[in-house]
Formats: sequence, structure tokens, C-alpha cells
Amino acid sequence: MSRAKTVSVENFRARVEELSGENVFACYQCGMCSAGCPLTDQMDRLPSQVIRDLQQDDITLLESNAMWVCASCLACEVRCPKGVDLAKLMEALRQLHLRKELDHVSIDEMSPQEIAKLPQIALVASFRKKTG
Amino acid sequence: MSEEKLMQIFIMGKAYNVPAGITIMDAMEYAGYQFVRGAGCRSGFCGACGTVYRKEGDYRLEFALACQEMVEEGMHLTQLPFTPAPRSRYVLDDLDAGENVLLQHYPAIARCVSCNTCTKACPQDIEVMDYVQAALRGDLEKVSELSFDCIQCGLCSMRCPADIKHYHFAQMARRLYAVTQSPEPDHLQTRMSELAEGIHEAELDTLMKMNLEELKQRYAQRVIETEGEAS
Amino acid sequence: MNTIPYFPGCSLKDTAASFESSAQFVMEKLGLQLQELERWNCCGTVSSLTTDDLMHHLASVRNLVRVQDLEQTELVALCSMCYNTLSRTAQRINADAEERDKINQFMDRESDYQGAVVVRHLLQVLRDRIGWQALEQATPHSLEGLNVACYYGCTLLRPKEAAIDNVEKPTIMSEAMAAAGAMPVHFPFAGECCGTYQVVDRRDLSIERSFRVIQSAAREGANVIATACPLCQHNLKEAQRELAGASELADIEIVYFTELLAAAMGMDSQKLPEGLSARMQQVAEAQTG
Repeated sequence: MSRAKTVSVENFRARVEELSGENVFACYQCGMCSAGCPLTDQMDRLPSQVIRDLQQDDITLLESNAMWVCASCLACEVRCPKGVDLAKLMEALRQLHLRKELDHVSIDEMSPQEIAKLPQIALVASFRKKTG
Repeated sequence: MSEEKLMQIFIMGKAYNVPAGITIMDAMEYAGYQFVRGAGCRSGFCGACGTVYRKEGDYRLEFALACQEMVEEGMHLTQLPFTPAPRSRYVLDDLDAGENVLLQHYPAIARCVSCNTCTKACPQDIEVMDYVQAALRGDLEKVSELSFDCIQCGLCSMRCPADIKHYHFAQMARRLYAVTQSPEPDHLQTRMSELAEGIHEAELDTLMKMNLEELKQRYAQRVIETEGEAS
Repeated sequence: MNTIPYFPGCSLKDTAASFESSAQFVMEKLGLQLQELERWNCCGTVSSLTTDDLMHHLASVRNLVRVQDLEQTELVALCSMCYNTLSRTAQRINADAEERDKINQFMDRESDYQGAVVVRHLLQVLRDRIGWQALEQATPHSLEGLNVACYYGCTLLRPKEAAIDNVEKPTIMSEAMAAAGAMPVHFPFAGECCGTYQVVDRRDLSIERSFRVIQSAAREGANVIATACPLCQHNLKEAQRELAGASELADIEIVYFTELLAAAMGMDSQKLPEGLSARMQQVAEAQTG
């Protein structure tokens, strides 16, 4: 019988805070992060909503695509008036998956033709952010 | 019976007293294990006898070839199963060495975190991490040079936290480098044309007609060329 | 000639080779040779952001150890992703003795990293060590007629501790271009993300982002976009190829900033991107005609 791989996290918010080193209650929901994020139109939850969900310990956040669409561009980080590093929270959410072997990019399914078009800088970065 | 110095080792947790100064493989056989698989040339070339051990008081887990590594007092050891890493299928002549060809076939190269665990696992003292890094930047020549002494034991890939298939992609790099970049060796050309001309036919005929004893004698009397002499 | 320890990065040995060769040409003209580290590995490419994930900083730290082994304390990078990752790791590990100790214990075959190496981007070296005036004097083949939109992307500007200039209003690359006689074009997408590594599994997304950067630069009158990152360069070029069609956006040259400086210093036109050589030719004809 194979081991089912799921992310089940007790004390969800506390674990994300521990991994990221950020305090989610510092956020007062001004929305600056969502306003400046270049990729919100691809996200099923806005960056500010990601923090809101964390404040409410809403574990369904783990099913959101926001963490995988986030490109760690840090536009949110430099603009947050409260100094919350949202990119670190996104990374913590990704890590919760990757540490359970739940990769978001499947290396084995990539064809040589696909890889031939990509510079190694993209591959290394993507694999570091989306495989564990 | 001569007085032998014995030492205690542990094979899969069970204690045995074995003579000092012998290899892990010999010690296991001394202790009564029979190698049906996982042993080959017994000379450190075939890479079949990967072993893992820990020495008393050492925090490191060590990797070696059982036929090469000497037993030490208090060593805990076991043989490793054969765990073949997936190998990419390719037709050498169809590959374009100008592209990121190693990454195409072995994308996990891009997952290297530079931890150097592969290098530490290598019984051939190859700078394995350095050749992974050379592969990442598409340097076939450097991969070929650095990995030249690889015997494909696979210990690097067994240890790698990024699941890179070091020994397979290095072999691919050497093949590709040989056909696309390195100059063709003169002695190979000479020998190929000799074969085509059939000048060794008579000698082969003689060998074919010999019986086993004659062949054995001939083998024992063979002259081994020293390095550089062959041409 | 003075030298400075230099970290190239993987792409500069492969897909972005002209980024490196043009930079070497420029720095030799300026009397400061980039001395490539003899042994180096991947910079780490993207910074690891969780508190406990030290493993992903190893790659960076190993490179810092190589600089320390040369008895140097400064390392210059050219690729902005390499710069960012190396710089952030250096700052984190230089400041935290406990983490440094952990990493040193893990890297038991390296000399211990002492925490003294500072990482700079080539643009910083040009500004702070060479100076714009010296750059101006070294560029006889003026870039006059080129309207250059300087595209910084993310990693030269963010986070604040790795920013090589003002986070929201950077001018450093524009100043370099102006010194070489080009007309810098201000455009609002100078610091926007190109879509970066999302090109691997969300190509749609990186193409869309990168095309907006090109559109923004074109709207403000640019005929050249200068980049400092092999991944930005790749994404912008892909977006242009895919979406520009026969529009004037297809005519915008997307080149590394060092290629522009090298052109201004008289690098052999055959070694420059074709479009850039053609434009330099036009500029020269306009000046003599």
C-alpha cells in the first residue's frame, strides 16, 4: 500500500509563521500588495486575501493557486507599509507541499523538446521553487 | 593455525570476529556470507559491490566498494542493493551538442543544491559536484574530463538529495564529447584500417585452432604494453 | 591591470555568452579586469526564503568561500539573478554567526566561511569605482540616436537590502547609457516582473508580462531595451517573437546593457547582435552624412 501524500498541518497559521518568520497579524489589510502584484489576474485569491486567510487560520488556503502563480518578484515586499514579507509567506505555503513530495512541476513529464527551448536559469529557478 | 589478529565488525547488526587487514568483501565471506550478486571484478573496476558503513564514534555515514575498503574495528556495515537509476534513451548521432542537451535528457541536473554529498560518496575520488555544475553550464569537455574515472557504481545517485542521475548523464557527456568535440585518436584510426585490411586474420585463425590448455599458456605469457607504448 | 573577482553564472557560459564577452570587453577598456573565480558553482539562482532552509544557501556560500580563499572581500556578478541570490545569502550569513556556523559544519571539506564577502553588481562597480565621467571618456562611438529603455526587472531592485539603486525610481542603468551618449527613456514598467521562471510551466503568464514591458517601453519612444538578466532577456525576446508580429514592436532591439556599452567602445560589430550593429551603422552614417 502506498503512502498517501497530503499536506495536513496542525496549527496551520503557526507553522506558516514559523517557516516564514513573519507575523501575519501585522497586516491591516490595506491591499497595497494586491494593488502592486503583477500576477493577480491569474490568482484565485489575491495576495491580501492570502494573508487574511492566514489570520483566520483557513487551511483551505493550501488549495489556492496563489502560491504557485507568485513569482517572488517582491513588489509586495518593498511596498508593504507594515513590513510584512508576503513572498516569505508564499514560500512557506509552497514548502508545506514540497516537503511532502507534492511537486508542482513534474520533471519526468517534461520532454527534451520542451526543455531545449528553456535557458538553464529558468529551469534551476523553477525546480527550486516548485519541486522538493 | 597461525595467530591472526582478529577484530570485531557488525554485519547488518550481528557481530563477527574477522581477521584484520582484509577487505569488507573478504570479511563478509569469512563471516559466512556468499555473494551470489553484488560482486564482480573484485578489483575496484566494475562498481557492483557498493557498501555502506559507519565507524564507531564517527558521525558520518560512509560509502565504499566492498572489494576495496579495508575493515576496521567496530565497523557497522551492509551491502547495498542494486537500484538502477532511470536512463534516458537517445541516438548519439541525432543529438545536437550545441543545445542544453544534458539538461534535456537529465533535467534533474538543474536541481543540484551544491551540497557536495555526491563527491563525498564517490569511491573513485571524483569531484562529482563539480561535473554536475559543469553540466549545468553545458561544458561537455569538463564533464568528460572530471568524470573520466567513473566506474558507474551509482553511489552518488543513491546519496543525492536532488535525485540526479550523475553516472548516466556523465556517460552521455563523454560519448557526446567523443563524437562531436574531441579529436579522433590516431591509433584507433590505424587499428580500424588494419582490421579492414584483414591483417590480423591469420593470427586469429591460429588462436581459434588452439585448445584450452594452449590458450591458457598463451594468456599467461602475454606481454602487457605499458601506458603510452600502444600506438 | 587591476582585477576584481568575478562570478559569471551558468547562463553566461551558454545562452547568454554575449552578455559576458561584451562585459569583459568593456571592463578591459576601463582598466579593470574581471577575474573569473577558478572554481565556482551555481549561485543558487533564486533566494530560499524560509527560516530553516539553509541547504539552499549552500551554493551561494561555497562561492563566497572561493572569494575568501583568494584573500579578497568583494565579488562582482553580472547576471542580476546571480547578483541577487549571492548578495542576499551573503548578507544573511554574514550577519548570523549561528547560521554561518551550521553551514560551515556541513561544508566540512571547505575552509570555514568567515562572513566578510560583499557582493556587487557590475553596474555598481561602474558607478562607484569607475565613475560616469570615466565611462563617458571611454565611449568614443556615441550611442546618440538610440532611445534606450533600461529594464531592471526584479532582482536589481528588490528586496531593499539587495537594491543597487532607488527601489521605485532607479537611474543607475540610465546614467550608464547617458554616459555612452544614448537617450535614456523613462518608462513605468522598468521595475516590473518579466514573469521569470514561470516560463517553465506557465509560459502564457511570462509571455504576457514580458510583452507588457515591451509595449510600455515602445509607448514611451524606446527603440532599444537594455536588460541585465539572461532570464528577462529570454522572456522579452520570446514575447517579442510571439506577439509583436509585423508591428513596430518587432523592431525594438532587446540587448544586454553591456552590449550597448561595448558598441560605444568600438567592439567588433560582428560580435554584436545584428540589429544593434545595423543601428550603430545608421547612427554613424547620420553623424558623418
